[in-house]
Amino acid sequence: MSLQIIVMVKQVPDTHNVSGDAMKPDGTVNRAVLPAIFNPEDLNALEEAIKIKETIGGKITAITMGPPNAVKILKECLYRGVDDVVLVSDRKFAGADTLATSYALKCAIEKVEKYDLVLCGRQAIDGDTAQVGPQIAEKLNINQLTCVSEIVEVNETDITIKRSIENGHEFLKSNMPVLLTVTNEANEPRTPSAKLAVAYKNISGKTSDESYDDEYLESGIDDPISYIKEWNVESINADPQLCGLSGSPTKVKKVQSVVLTASDVKQIQNTDEGIAELINELTEEHIIG
Amino acid sequence: MSAKNSVMVFIEQNNSKVADVSLELVSEGKKLADKLGVALDAVAIGYNLEKEVEVLGHYGCNTVFYINDERLSHFTSVPYAKTIVEIIKKHEPQIVLFGATTTGRDVAPRVASELKCGLTADCTELQIGEYKLKSKVYKNTLLQIRPAFGGNIVATIVSPESMPSMATVREGVMKMAEPDTSKEVELVSEKCGLDDSDFMTEVIEVMIEEKNVDLKSANIIVSAGMGAATPEGLELVKKLANTLGGEVGASRPVVDSGIIDRDHQVGQTGLTVRPNLYIACGISGQIQHRAGMAEAKRIIAINNDPDAPIFNIAHYGIVGDVNDIINRMIKAYKARA
Repeated sequence: MSLQIIVMVKQVPDTHNVSGDAMKPDGTVNRAVLPAIFNPEDLNALEEAIKIKETIGGKITAITMGPPNAVKILKECLYRGVDDVVLVSDRKFAGADTLATSYALKCAIEKVEKYDLVLCGRQAIDGDTAQVGPQIAEKLNINQLTCVSEIVEVNETDITIKRSIENGHEFLKSNMPVLLTVTNEANEPRTPSAKLAVAYKNISGKTSDESYDDEYLESGIDDPISYIKEWNVESINADPQLCGLSGSPTKVKKVQSVVLTASDVKQIQNTDEGIAELINELTEEHIIG
Repeated sequence: MSAKNSVMVFIEQNNSKVADVSLELVSEGKKLADKLGVALDAVAIGYNLEKEVEVLGHYGCNTVFYINDERLSHFTSVPYAKTIVEIIKKHEPQIVLFGATTTGRDVAPRVASELKCGLTADCTELQIGEYKLKSKVYKNTLLQIRPAFGGNIVATIVSPESMPSMATVREGVMKMAEPDTSKEVELVSEKCGLDDSDFMTEVIEVMIEEKNVDLKSANIIVSAGMGAATPEGLELVKKLANTLGGEVGASRPVVDSGIIDRDHQVGQTGLTVRPNLYIACGISGQIQHRAGMAEAKRIIAINNDPDAPIFNIAHYGIVGDVNDIINRMIKAYKARA
């Protein structure tokens, strides 16, 4: 009996490196010009999964929900040692808020036979909500441990972690199954393995297991997968009403790009005199003592 | 008397004391409740907090629903979530507010998931307003305003058909009202309906670390951005802060780079501060950062890029080499009349 680990990963636009042309004139985001990257804290979650597998063994399945090109990050998972990968993709998921997203992901997780640990990044950089992890845990009716900055001990029945809180940290223990959200304090994620990257370079998605490609059997990897699983609303037995826009209680009323209003900024010259004048002005106004 | 349709605040405690963020939310929730003409209620969970929750009345809270159980003395996800769900089902508030703390961000999504209601994270502004969807008009709905997409947009989110609408707000974002000690809160004890099996997390140890910096009560903050993130630049920022009797702040990229502790982080994911003087050194002024400091009484922006967005919210702008300018400021301060 080995540990079954599921890692939830997300492809996100690189919001930390947004250039001016990323905003359309109507104030919406032009996702097309933003590079799509592996959500940073999901890499931390993935790293913890691989470390667990390396120490006590187990099987790792990575699941992502997204458009077809999100297979890119699933391949990144395979290059780092994940055993199986699933793309959950369907137009019916479009417009999902965190509630509808967590419902779809819960259905996908339940389609994976068995799980002991579900690992997520704390939050994704496009929404920064940190909500999907706890919501998946509630929908699976399992315990959750959030903001995990270290896995202290893990065996096949329970896990002990360190959780970062505002004024310190806590050490918490839970039986499995349990969902963890992992922060960037936990580790420094590894880079892809060259051997695995060669082996899985040409892997592609398939909705059913029609053929088996012998090429992977000769790659020197134990038990390699031959294709990326692709699941949709029907195959994960999800209720379409609870997915996408119709399953989302939150609506976007208005979106504004952040256009700053020019204020009456007083330009101070970068000279001894200019700065001395500023300091004197602030002193007179009792802003500085 | 408690009534349905109230605005409700989840009360957090730190070492059995009501957390600042909860008092801020009670203050803000009271404004929303007055606009809606409803009561402002609270839900407090813990052990032996009867005395501590009295303070809620001073900030305008009408009724606090209180669940007292020794097993609830420390926060864990499932027992707290289940308890809050029971209170919401029983008292049917229309709005529920949580602090966007490690506790609030852990429990609120779980509650929202169970109640299948809308939840908006890290709101920077809350309003009551109207939402039109095709021919339907929702009056008096909660408008939840938050930066999104890495701070490049500001979105107004509504949950028009959700009962309740739920939101989390970071500490320091809402202003704490002036307490009125003549006002009292009604304490209503509620039964704890939890089984031992609900306590799925064992709390082994809690380590409290004293913070070595107090940005929230600082009158002067000198903050470092990536433009001052060199060893020399950071030294100068510290020196200027010391000279002026202020504290050192930093933007998120600087904290993420590991050269300064997270306690120093100002911005949407750090602290929101309102000092008398905020000196932004080499900070470009992304909205996440501005969300944390835009309400400073005076802002001095120092940057070598004249087009940096920080200049748009600054009262004083100095364009030039950051180190150079800081040196001049220290010199000018020491030489001042």
